[in-house]
Amino acid sequence: MPWITRGVRDGVVTSHYPRRPDGYGATFRAAIAVRSPGRDALGSDPPLDSVAVLCPTRAISIESGEVRVDRGRCITCGRCVNLRPDIFAFDADIEVAEHRTDLLVAPEIREEPADLAALRDDLIRRVRALRRSIHIRHVDCGSDGTEEWEIAALTNPVYDIQRLGVFFTASPRHADLLLVTGAGSSGMLGPLQRTYEAMPAPKVVVAVGSDATAGGLFAGGYATRGGIAHEIAVDVFVPGSPPSPFSILHGILLAIGLLPARSAER
Amino acid sequence: MTAQQTTAEVAAEIFATEIAAALNGEHRLAGLFVVPEAETLRLVAVLAGGRQLRTITTRLPHGTSAYPSVTALVPGADWYEREIHDLYGIEATGHPDLDPLVLPLRSGAPAPRPGSGDAVPPLTPSIDPLPALVTGEGLFTIPYGPVRSGVFESIEYVVETPGEDIPRVRTRVHYKHRGVEAAFVGRSVEDGVLLAERIEGVATVAHATGYCEALERLAETEVPIGAQLIRVLHAELERIANHLDSTSRHTEAAGQAVAYSRLTRHKERIMRLRAQLCGSRFGRGVVVPGGVGGPPLIGVAEFQSALGAIERDLRMDFRLLMTTPSFLDRLRGTGVLPLPLVTAHGALGPVGRGSGLEEDVRVSRPYGGYRHLGLAAPSRQAGDALARQHVRNEEIWASFHLIGQVVDELDSRGGSGSDRWAAPLEVQSGETLGWAEAPQGEVLYLLSLENGVLLRAKPRSASFHNLGLFTAAFPKDITTDFAFIEASFGLSIAGAAG
Repeated sequence: MPWITRGVRDGVVTSHYPRRPDGYGATFRAAIAVRSPGRDALGSDPPLDSVAVLCPTRAISIESGEVRVDRGRCITCGRCVNLRPDIFAFDADIEVAEHRTDLLVAPEIREEPADLAALRDDLIRRVRALRRSIHIRHVDCGSDGTEEWEIAALTNPVYDIQRLGVFFTASPRHADLLLVTGAGSSGMLGPLQRTYEAMPAPKVVVAVGSDATAGGLFAGGYATRGGIAHEIAVDVFVPGSPPSPFSILHGILLAIGLLPARSAER
Repeated sequence: MTAQQTTAEVAAEIFATEIAAALNGEHRLAGLFVVPEAETLRLVAVLAGGRQLRTITTRLPHGTSAYPSVTALVPGADWYEREIHDLYGIEATGHPDLDPLVLPLRSGAPAPRPGSGDAVPPLTPSIDPLPALVTGEGLFTIPYGPVRSGVFESIEYVVETPGEDIPRVRTRVHYKHRGVEAAFVGRSVEDGVLLAERIEGVATVAHATGYCEALERLAETEVPIGAQLIRVLHAELERIANHLDSTSRHTEAAGQAVAYSRLTRHKERIMRLRAQLCGSRFGRGVVVPGGVGGPPLIGVAEFQSALGAIERDLRMDFRLLMTTPSFLDRLRGTGVLPLPLVTAHGALGPVGRGSGLEEDVRVSRPYGGYRHLGLAAPSRQAGDALARQHVRNEEIWASFHLIGQVVDELDSRGGSGSDRWAAPLEVQSGETLGWAEAPQGEVLYLLSLENGVLLRAKPRSASFHNLGLFTAAFPKDITTDFAFIEASFGLSIAGAAG
């Protein structure tokens, strides 16, 4: 009995995202943005090419004076922001997920590749049958444990993912969407494949975190595969180390075509 | 330096007996590691007791494929020798069970030998079913994992059971082995801390602190007091978040829906507060070699009012939770670990302290800001899941108290200036140890550097050390107790799998 009154004590604490932006999203560092990709900045101290070399995951590239950050490789350590705050900045926009790794660059490529629309249409066609009831299965392929916390947070009363018709399921045979975390540890490749195969069609895959996207700091090691996209077809990548629950939620909604129009336009 | 360190080198034949003699009821085995050298492989046993760390080493010439096992005399060495067997291909002669633990190699494949300078091609583990160890009529084996129901890290529990009792559980952690020790090799000290943060991500701050403490001890760097206090602030928030995670898993397993929902919300509030302080929900980027990344991003008043509100709600909910019989009944008498067992194993963190041990390195070998703050390590005797829950509860309140002290101290110091946040760190060559008390227990780092580059880094998480005890945690328990025992250990698989 005391728990019943305790349960209603604080009223509604649930976020309205994605219907309305959630103010909280602005207080953490979701990604790295490039402030001024102009040529003028090149050459001031420390030189940008040395900053690029110091990036622990080689996520920074400079081509003909254009500075770019590959958010799929970036682990948001902020070293570039400390070294060159005139060029790099933390970005609080939590909507970082994209359909392909080549789109995970900052600043955004202004012209959308022509084949992206076709890719998105194909995805929407696939998920249409799922309607507004989506079941998720998660598989850890060598995460550091933080992504699991952030995914599990989606079921707490603040994010309450069930309000959007999205549920976690134990069996891959009930699952429509596969959330994969981790850099792709060799030991998990078999279980990942079997889980994927056990899911009924149509199915979609979301890679959660920079490790799952490109391997992060563990890329190139003897025990990981530099992300999971080499192993199964990924529909949405959510970069971050780890991505926040909001970023993961955005990635899930992007994959199942449930984003309100404004967000989808990005 | 508060803790002294003594080293003794002995011949391989008497390595095990020397360790056993040195333990002598007053020390515990904190780790057994390999450091490759030009001509030899050096085995390093780290012994902890009182305010001291001791090391006993032995050198094995290259080409040596075996040494006399330590496990026969010191049971806590079990997993370390299995790990060394997997990663270095060296056999502990006389070890009772050298089943692959972190890396089951296909026969003939070279061991990765992190730190040896060998280039290691991508390795594919061989995953064969384990043979049943317990045999008898009606006994069967349930391989539970690596993909389990719910959002969990990958691990396989091999449960051998006649249906309800669990005479034996074996743990296979290798599924998510990432080769973290090899990832450190050749990295700068600044890159190393980013890796340390990701060894066991839910204990980011503790791992980064253990790693940086090792570097700072070697370089004899005095970390600014303000930075030491900020490390404590984040470490204690991390402890609260982890203990709330473990508690909420208990409530979930007990079917306490409202309690689960309340606790996960409070945990979320802690995570948000951490992000407000530093931009990361896990305290990433807070601890850097020589100090901290910067001052807190929010003011004292805002922080205190947010934290005070969370503490008030938590105290109210815990008061109710710890008087809810349907919750307590599931924990009481579940997963009993007797004192002699945890003593012999040298169990760490709440797992040890729930069974009567008192070791907490914040108290026994205080480091950083803990040298200036008062703290007592709570302990319980019963050894069951409820005792571990009680220890965690008291630790949560102690963490709130510590944070209060830290914030007052930081506030009274006032002012700013970047020199207060990190001291310059002259990186040298040499070998060093560092430690910190993570929510799971003691984290240990062994680092070997040459001109500021990491030649060898061995992170040892409490999760690795304690998970070896899991198999012994089912003396009178049945399959429905499994979730409680797992949650009461509160471990991270990433930290155990390496």
